[in-house]
Amino acid sequence: MATVENLPSTTQERPIGFGRLKRKEDARFIRGKGNYLDDIRLPGMVHGAILRSPFAHARILSIDTSRALALPGVAAVVTAKDLETLGLAWMPTISYDTQAVLAGDKVRFQGQEVAFVIATDEYIARDALPLIDVEYEPLPAVVNARKALDPDAPLIRDDKTGQTDNLASATWEAGDEEAADRAFAEADTVVTRDIIYPRCHPAPLETCGMIADFNPQTGQLNIYNGNQAPHAHRTVYAQVAGLAEHMIRIQTGDIGGGFGNKVPIYPGYVCAIAGSIVAGAPVKWIEDRSENLMSTGFARDYVMHAEMCSKDGKITGLRVDAIADHGAFDSTAQPTKFPAGFFHIVCGSYDLQASHVKVKAVYTNKAPGGVAYRCSFRITEAVYLVERMVSALALEMGVDPIELRMRSFIAPEQFPYETTTGWTYDSGNYAETMRVAMDIAGYDDLLREQAEKRERGELMGIGVSFFTEGVGAGPRKHMDILGLAMNDGADLRVHPSGKAVVSISAQTQGQGHETTFAQIVAEELGIPPEDVQVRHGDTDRSPYGLGTYGSRSTPVSGAAVAVVSRKVRDRARLIAATMLETRPEDLA
Amino acid sequence: MQVTININGEQVSRDVEPRQLLVHFIRDTPGLTGTHWGCDTSNCGACVVLMDGRPVKSCTTLAVMCEGHEIRTVESLEVDGRLDPIQQGFHETHALQCGFCTPGMLMTTRALLDENPNPTDEEIRVAISGSICRCTGYKNIVAAVQWAAEHQAGTRQEV
Repeated sequence: MATVENLPSTTQERPIGFGRLKRKEDARFIRGKGNYLDDIRLPGMVHGAILRSPFAHARILSIDTSRALALPGVAAVVTAKDLETLGLAWMPTISYDTQAVLAGDKVRFQGQEVAFVIATDEYIARDALPLIDVEYEPLPAVVNARKALDPDAPLIRDDKTGQTDNLASATWEAGDEEAADRAFAEADTVVTRDIIYPRCHPAPLETCGMIADFNPQTGQLNIYNGNQAPHAHRTVYAQVAGLAEHMIRIQTGDIGGGFGNKVPIYPGYVCAIAGSIVAGAPVKWIEDRSENLMSTGFARDYVMHAEMCSKDGKITGLRVDAIADHGAFDSTAQPTKFPAGFFHIVCGSYDLQASHVKVKAVYTNKAPGGVAYRCSFRITEAVYLVERMVSALALEMGVDPIELRMRSFIAPEQFPYETTTGWTYDSGNYAETMRVAMDIAGYDDLLREQAEKRERGELMGIGVSFFTEGVGAGPRKHMDILGLAMNDGADLRVHPSGKAVVSISAQTQGQGHETTFAQIVAEELGIPPEDVQVRHGDTDRSPYGLGTYGSRSTPVSGAAVAVVSRKVRDRARLIAATMLETRPEDLA
Repeated sequence: MQVTININGEQVSRDVEPRQLLVHFIRDTPGLTGTHWGCDTSNCGACVVLMDGRPVKSCTTLAVMCEGHEIRTVESLEVDGRLDPIQQGFHETHALQCGFCTPGMLMTTRALLDENPNPTDEEIRVAISGSICRCTGYKNIVAAVQWAAEHQAGTRQEV
């Protein structure tokens, strides 16, 4: 039998966990036997639908639900007034702001949640929406982040005591302003660019939704909801609803993609929970595609002003002044101690003399969000900025963009390296990495092809980018969301038959954790991955942890799985040695 | 309205509202939840089923329009415990991640192979142009269809 000790070390030819595997989870998906949220039907279940604001900014003068309530099949119409009596009219965001669950005083973005209908089927629930009479007084709206701080801009968050403008937070700074000014004063070349990174949407193919099932007799709240961080969600629901965490169970089922969009808690979820309490039945609410795009977590939306300089042919300084558009409520998802996520890797892979970075966040009449869409937190924005600036500087200096990078990289002997924004990079060999990438891409051939084409009057561009990404959000000293830190657990049980179950807090949305984490256990224990079942997506049956986003599952949860496997293996060896009356180190 | 639709070889009858969508009929009445509802607007292709052998988007087809027609869903692909080559191909080439688009992709490409057993990569890309994979596995999906084309007469395997 293969054991850890007699397995050769992992290489490209021998990946971990007994070699290449086809995915375990495929078996159900290729048969149409996945278990997504909408596939779940509970006895007595009723359906919810949300009335949304047609205005970006308007005062709500009145809401009359009588016509909707008169529609046969409608069980309840919930408004902000009803939620106030339950203490659920506002909810906390993961960025220490508050967000209206249902709008009471004003609507602050187009598509904002205004009322929640509960009916016997989803068609009737939607029929009832236009029967709710809402009287609005439209207000001027601001949707351009650069105009949000104008003196005459309409005040969006008049619900917040002391808020007199649309600033969502104090200006965040990193680096050394004076040192950066000095670098620019001494520079040979300076380039300046305004870079707008527009808002985009992760748009998972399965939209967001929830089934909430509150049992008034036991006080137990069962939640079915495809989200990327079930344990963290449970903690927030416990705080919002005033229930103990162990009285709440979240089961995710299979999730049809997330990409950051299924990290936040949305008003529809709280409505479904409140609806189940009000209706005394399980409530299913699933948004449609338009609702997903207009109201749930977006990504990017940074307006950035940047300057970069060089001296003696090398990059020396960077200054950035950025505006983050957070929409009407600040629910940006970012766990670092620097409030603009990993934006402090904006000095890239370069050994700079100095840098200074400022980011301020503003409220606008747009949907809230700011999630890590297919990257770590604000990494994409930072990388786009610095690499765009390096290329602009190279163009201005008249040097090859790779040559400028090569001259300016942090050298291998400088690691561990503290960047000018105060972030430590542990290791790297950037110049060599760049050379390998150039070989793979055939950079010299591309340059020749470009020259030939230009000779013929054809245009050809070659894009170059080099980045250092921070992934695996983990250590408490750098990362935190709502005081929960960024830990993840793993629980491994080996049964007498030699089969094992590993429970993890990471939450797949299609990444294939059932295969990957089985391979890690297989590698550490020496049992085949087929014999390892990965359990996840159920807060009652998995250890606490912060979930999956920002490329953190394998670095954080994977490490926990490896550590717990080693502990089990060492314990097993000790017990076996006692039984066999030999020394543990003599056992393979 | 009473409607009778042949779904995967079985006659399914039910009294429905004229506005009921085929996707809801398929999911609710015979309880076949492999057909997914993704966009409600014919954009994403998660709901594709075959109507008389041709791919249609069941989120914008009314159930009553299918009276007397034959509908095939993803659940019909496996026969007597043996996978269809297109299912096998998706598994072999890692052509799925979250699995939400997969049933629609499978039915769309099953129809393609029925009509054109040896498609080019370009023909495959045209055939799946009405289906979105947000996990972005198009390259592997094309490879999966090619795998199935090469193994049409091949053995069906257990997964």
